[in-house]
Amino acid sequence: MWVFILAELSAFGLLFMVYGIARMKHAALFDEMQLTLDRNAGALNTVLLITASWCVARAVAAIQKNAGLTSARWLAGGILAAVGFVVVKLFEYGAKFEAGINLDTNLFYMFYLSLTFFHFMHVILGLVILLFLWRKTRSGGYTAENCLGMETGASYWHMVDLVWIVLFPLIYVMR
Amino acid sequence: MKGTSTLLDGVWLLLILGTGFTWWLGESGHGGPQAVMTILVIAFCKGLLVIQEFMALRGVKRLWQGAVVGWLFVVLVVNMAAYWKGI
Repeated sequence: MWVFILAELSAFGLLFMVYGIARMKHAALFDEMQLTLDRNAGALNTVLLITASWCVARAVAAIQKNAGLTSARWLAGGILAAVGFVVVKLFEYGAKFEAGINLDTNLFYMFYLSLTFFHFMHVILGLVILLFLWRKTRSGGYTAENCLGMETGASYWHMVDLVWIVLFPLIYVMR
Repeated sequence: MKGTSTLLDGVWLLLILGTGFTWWLGESGHGGPQAVMTILVIAFCKGLLVIQEFMALRGVKRLWQGAVVGWLFVVLVVNMAAYWKGI
């Protein structure tokens, strides 16, 4: 799983660096277009992903103490926060598409839509993993001695969170 | 478990505070090299907290920790350098 996570991080890392170089060459356009983004939605989504990551970390800590029910509850909290992220992001995409914005609008929006959608797909996969972990934890599938699967799934989710922690300031804030 | 839980709760609070400050910098129109440096340093600190405390890589799996922290560092430094070159 760690090889997979590093491969994913490398792909995002490359995209972030290409974004930085594109921004360098078209700073005025990127600054102007950034003002059209919903920074509140971006910040809210950051809070939701961080909260989901916190819940998942608490779930792992709970299972390491053989507290299966508590662990499942924390995972449920993480799932709710992750669903919240998806809902906010869909509203954000909806507003952009209604305004006629697409990949061809300009270079900034090509990067914005590509990067955020690539990340969005990872959130969906992470959500599926969290649902699987929650179901298995509820049925007593993990114990303190046998929780490698949960730790691995949790690491994937934290990777999704880590990528957004970089994406939010780069795309929504720095100018 | 209480110790671990308290640590995780504290990390969550720091991450939220860092996000709030970053959001405030953006909303109040702060821009320029100093603001960008502050924003990227906050992003690095937040990322480091996630890597070391949530991913639980602190003190273990040094190779993986180094790789992930290195990724974070390189991405942010390249963006800072590109920003400086672009102004």
